[in-house]
Amino acid sequence: MSSANTAHSVVEPSARSKRIAATLVILYAVITMIPLVWIFLTSIKSPPDSISYPPKILFTPSLEGYCNLFTTRTRQTPEYIASLPPPEGMCDAVTRERNMVIAGPSNFLPRFTNSLIIAFGSTFLAVGFGTLAAYGFSRFKVPLADDLLFFILSTRMMPPIAVAIPIYLMYRQLGLSDTALGMMLLYTAVNVSLAVWLLKGFIDEIPREYEEAAMIDGYSRLQAFRKVVLPQATTGIAATAIFCLIFAWNEYAFASLLTSGSAQTAPPFIPTIIGEGGQDWPAVAAGTTIFLVPILVFTILLRKQLLRGITFGAVRK
Amino acid sequence: MTTSPHTYADKAAEAAVRATPEPLARRVRALSDKAIAWLFIAPTIALLLAINIFPLFWAIYLSFTNYRANRPNAEVKNVGLGNYSRVLNDPDIWASMQTTAHFVFWTILLQTVIGFALAYLIDRKFRGHAFWTTLILIPMMLSPAVVGNFWRFLYEPQIGLFAYAVSFLTGIPTSEIQMLGSVSLAPWAIIIVDTWMWTPYVMLICLAGLRSIPDYIYEAAEVDRASNWRQFWSITVPMALPFIMLAVLFRGIENFKMFDMVNLLTGGGPGSTTEVASIALKRDAFEAWATGRSSAFAIVLFVAVFGLANIYVKALNRVKQR
Repeated sequence: MSSANTAHSVVEPSARSKRIAATLVILYAVITMIPLVWIFLTSIKSPPDSISYPPKILFTPSLEGYCNLFTTRTRQTPEYIASLPPPEGMCDAVTRERNMVIAGPSNFLPRFTNSLIIAFGSTFLAVGFGTLAAYGFSRFKVPLADDLLFFILSTRMMPPIAVAIPIYLMYRQLGLSDTALGMMLLYTAVNVSLAVWLLKGFIDEIPREYEEAAMIDGYSRLQAFRKVVLPQATTGIAATAIFCLIFAWNEYAFASLLTSGSAQTAPPFIPTIIGEGGQDWPAVAAGTTIFLVPILVFTILLRKQLLRGITFGAVRK
Repeated sequence: MTTSPHTYADKAAEAAVRATPEPLARRVRALSDKAIAWLFIAPTIALLLAINIFPLFWAIYLSFTNYRANRPNAEVKNVGLGNYSRVLNDPDIWASMQTTAHFVFWTILLQTVIGFALAYLIDRKFRGHAFWTTLILIPMMLSPAVVGNFWRFLYEPQIGLFAYAVSFLTGIPTSEIQMLGSVSLAPWAIIIVDTWMWTPYVMLICLAGLRSIPDYIYEAAEVDRASNWRQFWSITVPMALPFIMLAVLFRGIENFKMFDMVNLLTGGGPGSTTEVASIALKRDAFEAWATGRSSAFAIVLFVAVFGLANIYVKALNRVKQR
């Protein structure tokens, strides 16, 4: 709707009500952003600044949190540290100021890599399977289609812990516990329901006539699917992929119960980052910041499709 | 379209077969539409059978046994409905259900009221509303576990920003604002974080509802000189109601299953004051290792979500048809 159309309409809100609305919405937006801004600020605070009271808003930025996130450190005597060759790089110097030396890399990078592999792998599979199934449901008369579709959706209603009990036993038998493949398959199964529902909606919107015309021109059904339907569905497929990616990226319940070591993803790992004498909040905040940035970018890219994604395609605007 | 699309597609395929050279035509005939349909759907169904249905049936089987996952070699005995009667008579499990109900009720109430109000305000279409809407949407896309974990820091009574802000505004000393440590405040601590995260979700769905109301209805009401108040209650609310109900459905299902955020914020504590159903289930299944009994609990939960959701959807459809 263009504003020119409604400018003289009786339903156009008055300037005063617009001002009040704007004030309240901006107030809400600012308050709701505070925790996120605080995560970022904490990530660039030194540990003493992060736990000072009252909470510090002005401070000297420090990358100690990021250094601590990527390394493990051991405490040493000042004499030992003085005997070392000059520090290599900033993290080395920051660590030595705390009478510690870097002992090696932390587990953050491998856990983050696990998150990447599992999220992208499961998204690829879920969107691939989902596109095929969605096309099948959209274009052909499948017996019991409504029941099958509802069953696919209902798999999302189960509490994850309830699903995790038998999955845990099954994976133990199959040797899939704590493996990236096991997590990938599990996330694919959870995401495929979302993918089928969303993609069916997107494919339903592509007129059948396009494929039929192509088939009259000599394309087979498969060729028509590949060369006519898929290009038309690109936006829908991309949006669906981002939703699957976000789910797999954010997932915690399955990951915390079914992985413990080599296949652990970032969400169960980040809360376990501890320093000397408790949680190392700047390091946790640094890990959280790195973990949240990709989602922030995706949310902004997705904002037009968001509504459709979060309601399984029930609301399309 | 009056002709059935399938016969039309079949005819088109036949035409294509006749018009194309032999090898291609053979391929087209070889893969009928029916074969393609099943070929396309099969991978999804196979995956769901392997990772959803088979485990579900396994869980149903286990729920009738005394199996314990930490003793895989012990003899497995059939205990009939014993697990179910123990689950349904267990006061701790009913307490966790009550905790869940409290959590679901308050989060839905707060999110619906705030979310609808926000949507209504954004629908005033002030300048820059698209930008602020995107900003408001950010929390719901983030990981509840990772962000929930950080709220522990915000809630710290001595150093946390939340306690400081509340104390600054109300004058209550920060030592008394033990959001996670106090029995009376901990349930509200998880409600606040959930509301912070998911109000935008309800807002977004309500906004779609408000935008679906055609202008001419308001114009007609203006002509009839209906007051703004009257317009709000007799046009805006009833017409947005199916959307509000849909948002409540999705939030209800999600919060009934709530695990990650609560597990990281309070872990069910202090004591068991925030032990929602999923946390109780996890303790039973993965800490007490009572696999048989916890399977029965899981089935009870699944039937409850499924049953309630079904009843609700029926009500929703009735409202939509009105």
